Amino acid sequence: MSYIIDRRLNGKNKSMVNRQRFLRRYNQHIKEAVADAVTRRSITDMERGEQISIPTRNTHEPVISHGQGGKQHRVFPGNKEFNTGDQLEKPKGGGGGSGSGKASNQGEGEDDFRFFITKEEFLKYLFDDLELPNMIKKTLSQSKEFKTRRGGFVSEGTPNNLSVVRSLRNAHARRIGMGAGKRRRIRELTATIDALLADGAGDSNADQINALREEILSLEKKLKRLPFIDQLDLRYRNQIKVPTPTSKAVMFCLMDVSGSMTQDVKDLAKRFYLLLYLFLEKNYEHIEIVFIRHHTSAKEVTEEEFFYSRETGGTIVSSALKLMNNIVQERYLSGGWNIYGAQASDGDNWDDDSPLCASILAEQLLPAIQHFAYIEITPHEHQALWYAYQSVAKAYSQQFATAQIRNPGDIFPVFRELFAKERYKEAV
Amino acid sequence: MTPKPATDQREYLSTDSDWSFALLEDYDREIARIAKSYGLDTYPNQIEIISAEQMMDAYSSVGMPIGYNHWSYGKQFLATQKSYQRGQMGLAYEIVINSDPCIAYLMEENTMPMQALVIAHACYGHNSFFKGNYLFQTWTDASSIIDYLMFAKHYVRKCEERYGNEEVERVLDACHSLQNYGVDRYRRPRPISAAEEKLRQEEREDQMQRQINDLWRTLPTHSTDEVKNKPRKFPEEPQENLLYFLEKNAPLLAPWQRELVRIVRKISQYFYPQRQTQVMNEGWATFWHYTLLNHLYDEGKVTDGFMMEVLASHANVVHQPSFDSPHYSGINPYALGFNMFRDIKRICENPTAEDRDWFPDIAGKDWLETLHFAMHNFKDESFVQQFLSPHLMREFHLFSIYDDDERAHYEVEAIHNDSGYRKVREMLARQYDLSVREPNIQVWAVDLQGDRSMTLRHTMQDGTPLSEDVHEVLKHLNYLWGFDIHLETYKDGKQVNKQSCPAMTVAH
Repeated sequence: MSYIIDRRLNGKNKSMVNRQRFLRRYNQHIKEAVADAVTRRSITDMERGEQISIPTRNTHEPVISHGQGGKQHRVFPGNKEFNTGDQLEKPKGGGGGSGSGKASNQGEGEDDFRFFITKEEFLKYLFDDLELPNMIKKTLSQSKEFKTRRGGFVSEGTPNNLSVVRSLRNAHARRIGMGAGKRRRIRELTATIDALLADGAGDSNADQINALREEILSLEKKLKRLPFIDQLDLRYRNQIKVPTPTSKAVMFCLMDVSGSMTQDVKDLAKRFYLLLYLFLEKNYEHIEIVFIRHHTSAKEVTEEEFFYSRETGGTIVSSALKLMNNIVQERYLSGGWNIYGAQASDGDNWDDDSPLCASILAEQLLPAIQHFAYIEITPHEHQALWYAYQSVAKAYSQQFATAQIRNPGDIFPVFRELFAKERYKEAV
Repeated sequence: MTPKPATDQREYLSTDSDWSFALLEDYDREIARIAKSYGLDTYPNQIEIISAEQMMDAYSSVGMPIGYNHWSYGKQFLATQKSYQRGQMGLAYEIVINSDPCIAYLMEENTMPMQALVIAHACYGHNSFFKGNYLFQTWTDASSIIDYLMFAKHYVRKCEERYGNEEVERVLDACHSLQNYGVDRYRRPRPISAAEEKLRQEEREDQMQRQINDLWRTLPTHSTDEVKNKPRKFPEEPQENLLYFLEKNAPLLAPWQRELVRIVRKISQYFYPQRQTQVMNEGWATFWHYTLLNHLYDEGKVTDGFMMEVLASHANVVHQPSFDSPHYSGINPYALGFNMFRDIKRICENPTAEDRDWFPDIAGKDWLETLHFAMHNFKDESFVQQFLSPHLMREFHLFSIYDDDERAHYEVEAIHNDSGYRKVREMLARQYDLSVREPNIQVWAVDLQGDRSMTLRHTMQDGTPLSEDVHEVLKHLNYLWGFDIHLETYKDGKQVNKQSCPAMTVAH
């Protein structure tokens, strides 16, 4: 007796819980792998999964078993030339070697346990690192918002979307189409009757005429029986989802690359730009990024150069602000660009330059842009630039945020204002 | 074999490779009919069609249809998923569960011939083995396993809610590391049923706690009797079932922790027969899918194309690479088992002089009866010892290597010739002997009056040391027991090594 059951529609994610347990257990490893990936990837390339590898010894489940050594007998298939009593060289490099049945257990040289995490999980670990409030996490990892819009007509839908005009027009067309043959026939028959009557030999043709008239009658009956409206005729207004139209944004990343900025500091800065990018990405359809690095003079560079090339020399911050201003004037003043600036530095600046920075920012940049954020990545005392910026921050508290940062968790508060200003009020 | 009917008499069950539920029923009915004519006694079948994703789920829960949650199953799942998605491995065509009714999972991707093969293999081959083999009859209760797994899953979840995931995980991790030591090899268990289990569980909690308290009684005894004051040896006999011993005697475990130990022990007991009958079980199932489908073909129920696909797949399954092939990964249990059952049939039907010499009891006997006898009464070790014929050793070109870690060379100690048959067979049988494969470790003594430490004794076999893992396992054991653990290794009656957890300090 057998029962055959179709289980294909049952849930297929039975292992989800166990998978989550595993991820939680190796949280630390995964976080490290995500942190590595962040350093490796471009700012614009955060929204995909990642391969995680964990050293096998960490995921290994110990059991009591025999080790190598001792006196073993092993049976193998496929003897070709061995005879009893043959002595065979043991493979070098200790242990059982290729001959032992155990070789295959550990074989293939895979030292790491590897698996993939999804895009959502990747972002989750990233956000954990940045200590984002939950609401923000959600909005950032969600896909685009849609609004529904009319999109033509379709033949299936709900009654409230029924388009009466379209449906009746279809019904009319159908009735014309379906009756065409019969009407033509009626016209032909009428013509024949007229011709017969015109012949004058009315009596002799009376039977024929009657037959023809009967046929006309039956055709007319059939015509009447054509349904006035049919399921086929119904048309519904179609609603389609379109991404909410949002405008364009440009993000300026400014960074000091003088000798005092170490790679660690740059990596921290990268998180800062990254977070701004992710935020902008959710709000704007199209984003451009401009990277400006500076020491004593500023230069527009690629992302790669921005984060990883080394420079030495003094620091004149105003050069970068000037360049940013020039670029804004040249490229982004018209065309509805939303402009965001993000500056990272270790706080060093040429002393006389700081007041100049503040004035460029206050007088030229801030009036033209949406938001400017400045982070100072240093465990030390603030320097002149910080104090100069504080005065600007007072005047433009809505648009300008500053913060001192020691670890990634400090980054988010910089954006608090920014997020709060938009539609995230409830979260912060 | 029945003679082939003329072409015009043939009535194919199906002619193309797509399957449908109606066809599955047709094939199942035909295969069941033929299986019955060969005397295969089975549990009712519950054939479940599942998708590839579901198959991965089934994989990662080590073939249990319902499992409690644990990270190690998640690890298994991730590994399966990765190698499947990268095309490094295909999924099995089926998974079959020793339960009543016998649950078999069939993949929806399989073609009709593959589904028929799988039905014959799992639903009639494995199924009859589960029902007939003595180890399964002794150690497992097919009718209650699903209920018990359900009970276990709920119980673990309840514990998680009450005591937290971390705590539960800690106990389960520790138990998993000892799961191969959860069987009394020489005592037979009573069958369990879930309803009874649930009733008994609460009762047991109280009862057990009381017994333990008695064992660890610290009140001074007022008896003046000399004998009573003598240190009592505990346990009186060495105990090989570590999990059982912990469950009953660990002083500090809470009742729910004991229950978790019991759950792991019961489930490991359920898998105990499967670990000892891999060659027989797969061999039996393979022999029967081969025989049943050939019978179907001879009756003219299936097309040549159908049979070609079945045979191609069958040939893959029973392929045995040589030891020096890059594909070699041990002796293929399907190949060995299948060929042994075929060989037994050959010995019964057409014995040679050699066979008569080696197998006087079965040569020329009824093959079907002999096969059933072998299936019912043996496990891998004894099956090989009893039925591996010189003929088959020659076909497999088997040879035995002696590897002494004190010598620079391997020695070929026996090959497939007259002087070597018995040796090769004995060595191969030993390879399947659980008591050789797994280190012999027993609870030797517990210091009741002193520091409550537990001493385990490892009796070395053939001078083989324990693997590095043992340190980690001792930590787990230490967690469950709550006091010091000592592991003494004995070789030829002399102690050669001692490990402790926590590591011994001199100040002690």
